[in-house]
Amino acid sequence: MVCATWSGGANDGGQLFAFQESVGGTVNSTLLEIRNLSVHFESRRGKVQALRDLSLKIGPEETLGIAGESGSGKSTLAYAIMRYLSANGRITKGEILFMGESLLDKDQNELRKIRGNRIAMVYQDPKSSLNPSKRIGHQIAEVFQIHQSFSRKEAWDRALGLLSLVNIPDPAFHAEKYPHQLSGGMQQRVVIAMALSCGPNLLIMDEPTTGLDVTTQARIIELIGDLKRRAKASILYITHDLSVIAQVSDRVGILYAGELVEVGVAEQVFHSPIHPYTVGLLAALPRIEVEKQFKPIRGKLPDLTNIPSNCIFSPRCDHGDETCTNQSAQLQEVEEDHFVKCLRSKEAFTSQASEAQSLPFRKGNPSGQPMLVTDHLKKYYSETNYIGKWLGFPIPEVKAVDDVSFHIRQGEVFALVGESGCGKTTLGRVITRLLKPTAGKVSFYKRRPSGQEIFGTDEFRRSVQIVFQHPDSSLNPMKKIGTIIERPLKLLGFSRPERSKNARELLELVKLDPAYLERYPKHLSGGEKQRVAIARAFASDPEFIVFDEPVSALDVSIQASIITLLMELRASRDLSFLFISHDLSLVRHIADRIGVMYLGKLCELGPVGKIFQHPYHPYTRALLSSIPVPDPSISREAIRLEGSVPSPRNPPLGCCFHTRCPDKLGQICEETSSPLILVDEDHWVACHISLEELQKATISGRIEIK
Amino acid sequence: MSERKFPPSVTKSHYLFIQNPALVIGSSILAFIILVSLVGPVISRHATTEQHILKRLQGPSLTYLFGTDQYGRDLLSRTLLGGRTSLILGLGAVALGLVLGIPIGLITGYFKGRTDEIVMRFMDILLSFPSLLMALLIITALGASLSHAILAIGIANCPGIARIVRSATLSVRNEEFVFAAEARGESHFYIMASEIFPNILPPTIIEGTIRIGFAMLIGASLSFLGLGVQPPHADWGLMIRDSREYLFLSPWPLICPGIALAVTIIGFNLFGDGLRDMVGGSE
Repeated sequence: MVCATWSGGANDGGQLFAFQESVGGTVNSTLLEIRNLSVHFESRRGKVQALRDLSLKIGPEETLGIAGESGSGKSTLAYAIMRYLSANGRITKGEILFMGESLLDKDQNELRKIRGNRIAMVYQDPKSSLNPSKRIGHQIAEVFQIHQSFSRKEAWDRALGLLSLVNIPDPAFHAEKYPHQLSGGMQQRVVIAMALSCGPNLLIMDEPTTGLDVTTQARIIELIGDLKRRAKASILYITHDLSVIAQVSDRVGILYAGELVEVGVAEQVFHSPIHPYTVGLLAALPRIEVEKQFKPIRGKLPDLTNIPSNCIFSPRCDHGDETCTNQSAQLQEVEEDHFVKCLRSKEAFTSQASEAQSLPFRKGNPSGQPMLVTDHLKKYYSETNYIGKWLGFPIPEVKAVDDVSFHIRQGEVFALVGESGCGKTTLGRVITRLLKPTAGKVSFYKRRPSGQEIFGTDEFRRSVQIVFQHPDSSLNPMKKIGTIIERPLKLLGFSRPERSKNARELLELVKLDPAYLERYPKHLSGGEKQRVAIARAFASDPEFIVFDEPVSALDVSIQASIITLLMELRASRDLSFLFISHDLSLVRHIADRIGVMYLGKLCELGPVGKIFQHPYHPYTRALLSSIPVPDPSISREAIRLEGSVPSPRNPPLGCCFHTRCPDKLGQICEETSSPLILVDEDHWVACHISLEELQKATISGRIEIK
Repeated sequence: MSERKFPPSVTKSHYLFIQNPALVIGSSILAFIILVSLVGPVISRHATTEQHILKRLQGPSLTYLFGTDQYGRDLLSRTLLGGRTSLILGLGAVALGLVLGIPIGLITGYFKGRTDEIVMRFMDILLSFPSLLMALLIITALGASLSHAILAIGIANCPGIARIVRSATLSVRNEEFVFAAEARGESHFYIMASEIFPNILPPTIIEGTIRIGFAMLIGASLSFLGLGVQPPHADWGLMIRDSREYLFLSPWPLICPGIALAVTIIGFNLFGDGLRDMVGGSE
C-alpha cells in the first residue's frame, strides 16, 4: 500500500495537499460503492436488523451527508465500511466496493493497511480519540514515522504542517501541548489532522461536531468546507443534525430505521423533499429565520428485531394508503440523481409542509408582575479540600454564577441561553433552591391575586418545580412509573384512591397511556420518559417550572412533540417557565424574553424578537451568526471567536468576554466590567461599546442568499 | 416485558451457561455446599464427637468415607458440620459488615463535605490494618469464640464495604432523579433509603458475595490460630490446625477440610463474579 506523500513546506498549509497521486490507476466516478448492504446484531431480544438492503455511492472529492435519528443505523454504516462492527454484528448481505475492490473480501492485514491510509475516521468524542499521555505533535508525527518511515525531524515538520492545515494557531506552540490542555474544538481539529495525515481518499466523520458548542461547531464546519477544497478527499459525514448536513454536504442521504429512504443532491433534498419522513423531519426542525410552526412526526421507531414486509415508515406516515401497508417500497429515481423509497412518490407531499403557520404558543405579557427576582446572585464552587483549607492554602473557586440580576414575569417564558459551562444549569438549580447561593438572593412571589413573597420551604417546593435534561437519569430505574408520579401527590397528602386517579390524569395530560403506570422506566423511550418527568413536575400543580435542556437529548421528531406539549400546558394553566437551552433556534420560537449568559454573567437580556433581530452584545452576535441553517443554499459567515472560553476558576478581569471579543475597545474592556445598560425598552446589554456603535453593528455575514 | 427470545436450538439454561459460566458454576457449587452442610450432619452415620481411639487416622473406607482423624472421629461428618460453622461465620461476618458499612457509606456519600472527610479518614485508618490483624486485635480484647470471631471479621469488613457503598452513592447522588426528589422536598432519610439505596444494592450485593469467601478464609485462619471456634466443635480451620501434627501419618484430616474450604471460597467468588457480569451486562 502506498500512501500519498506530501510535497511543500512544513508550515505551508495551503500547498500541503498538492501531493502526488500515487494510488494505482482506477480513476472512475465512484470511490465507494455500497450495494444492498444488510447488517444485523445478535442480541438477547433476537436479531436486530440494523441496516437493510442499503445501497449508495460516493464519488471522488464528494461529501455525502447521512442524516438519521437515533436507531437509524447511521453509525452502524460507518463501522460496517471500516469493518469495525462489534463481535455480535454481522454483514449478512451485500457488497462494499472501495476503489473497485471489495472490502468484504479483505483479511485483517489488508484491512489494516486500508484503515488510516485510505479510509480514515473521525469520531464524536475527540477526548477518547487522542492519547491523553502524549503531546499532540508527537501523536501526529508518530503516524508519519510508522506508516511512512519518515525521520523524526521530518515527521515533526509534517505534523506541524497538518496542524496549520486544520487552522490551529501557532502550530509549533500547540504541538507541545497534551490533549487535555486544548479545548474541545481544538481537540477535534487535532483528530481531523490525524485522520488526514496519510492523505486518505475517504474520510468518515461520525457526528464530529455533536459534543461541541455552536460557535466551535461553526468553525469546524468552516474547516470541513475548507478541507473539501484542499484535501481532495471524499467525506462521508454522519450526523443527526440536518442543519449541519445542509452546510457541509454535496449530496444527502436520509436514513430511517436502517433503510435509506431518500438520497439526492443537497439542494434537491432540502428544497423539494419527497419522502414523507424527510418532509416530516424538515418540518419538525425549529428554524431561526422563519416563524414557522414545527410539527412532530407521530409514532415511534419500529422494533428492529421484527421488521414488517411493508413500507417501514407506513405506521407513521400521514400520506399512506392501502398499498403502503401491503407492499414494500423500493428506492427509485424520481429525477436525476434523486432517489426516493416511497410507494407514492409521484404525489407531491411538499405542498402541505410549506404552508407557513404562525406559532400558537407565544403569549407574552410584558406588563406582568415579576414572579421571580434574582438580586446579585452568586454561586461559587470551591473544592472540598479541608486539609488544604486547614493549612491555609488559597482554594481556587469556580465562579459558576457571578453576580446575576434579572426577573421573570408572571405568565412568561424566559429562556437562558449560552454555551456549555456558562453557568446556566447552576443558575437554574440555585433558583430552584437545589443549591445554596454563595451571595445574593432569589425571591419568589405567589401568583395573583395575593402576589406575596414565598418564604416557607414547603410552599416553595410546591410552587416551583424543575425538569431535567437526561431522560435516562431523571427517573429512578428501580421504581414503577406509577410510584414515581404518585410520590409527589403523597407528599401533598392525597389519599390512595385520589393519588391513583390523579396519576392517571397526569399521564393523560402528557398524552401517555395509563397502562404505563405499571411499567418501569427502562421500558420507555427517551421521549416517553421525559413526558413522565414532566407529569411528575406537574403533580404538585406548580406555578413556575424550570426546564433544564428538556429536549436536547431527544431526536428532532420527538423534540417537537414535547415542546408543543409544554407550550399547550403553559397556555392552559397560566404558568411561567424558565427554559434553559443551548438551542437558539428553538428558543426563538418559544420564549418571550431571553438572557444570554457567558462565563457566569448575563451579557444581554431582552425580548426575544428584539435580540434576534438586532443583537447588541458582540457575544450574542457571534452566537447568532454561528447557528447553522438547514438550507444548503443559505450560507452565512459565522463571526469567529478566537481562543477558547477562559476557565471560570480564573475568569478574566474586566469584561469577561474581552479575551475573545472581536470588537474589543482596549484598556477599558480589560479593566472594568460593564453593568447591564438599558438600550431599548426592556432590552439590556453589558458592553462598553457606545450604544450608537452597537446599533450600527449587525450580524456580520447576515443571511445571504447565494 | 416481552418474553426473551433465544435461538431455537438453545434452551434457556444452556443459553445462560454460555452467557455467564461463572454464575452457573458458582451457584451450583454453593447450592451443593449449602445443601450438604444443612442436610449432611443430620443424616450422617456418625456423630461428630464420637471417638474411636482404635480407629484413629484411618484412610477412606466404607465405614468412614473420608477416613478418621487423630481421635478416630468421622472426617466426613466433621467436614460437613464444619461447613455449617464456616458458612455461619462467613455469612454472619459479611452481614454485620453490611449492616455497619451501608449506613456509613450512604451517609458520607450523600452528605459529602466535612462529615465525609472525617468519617472516611477514620475508615482509611481501619483499612490500613490487614484484616486478619484487625480481627486478631479484637479477638484478643474480647476473648476467643465463634460469635466474637463473627464480630471481629464483621468490623474488619466494614471499612471496605463502606468505601464501595460510598462510591456507588456518590455516582447515584448526581442522578437527576435525586435532584428531583430534593426539588419536591423529600427528607434526607427518604432520599437515601428510597431513592439511592435500591440503586446501590446491586454493586453492594456483589461486593458482599465476594467478601463472604474472604471472611471464611479469615475465620479459618483465626480458628487455625486457636482464636476462633473452640474444640471440640467442628470447623475447617480448626481441623486443619489439629491435623498438622499428624500430616505424615495420614493426610486425610488435612485434605478434607482444606478442599472443602477452597471449593467453597471459589464457589462464592465465581458466584460474585457471575453476578457482576450479569448486572453489568443488563445495563
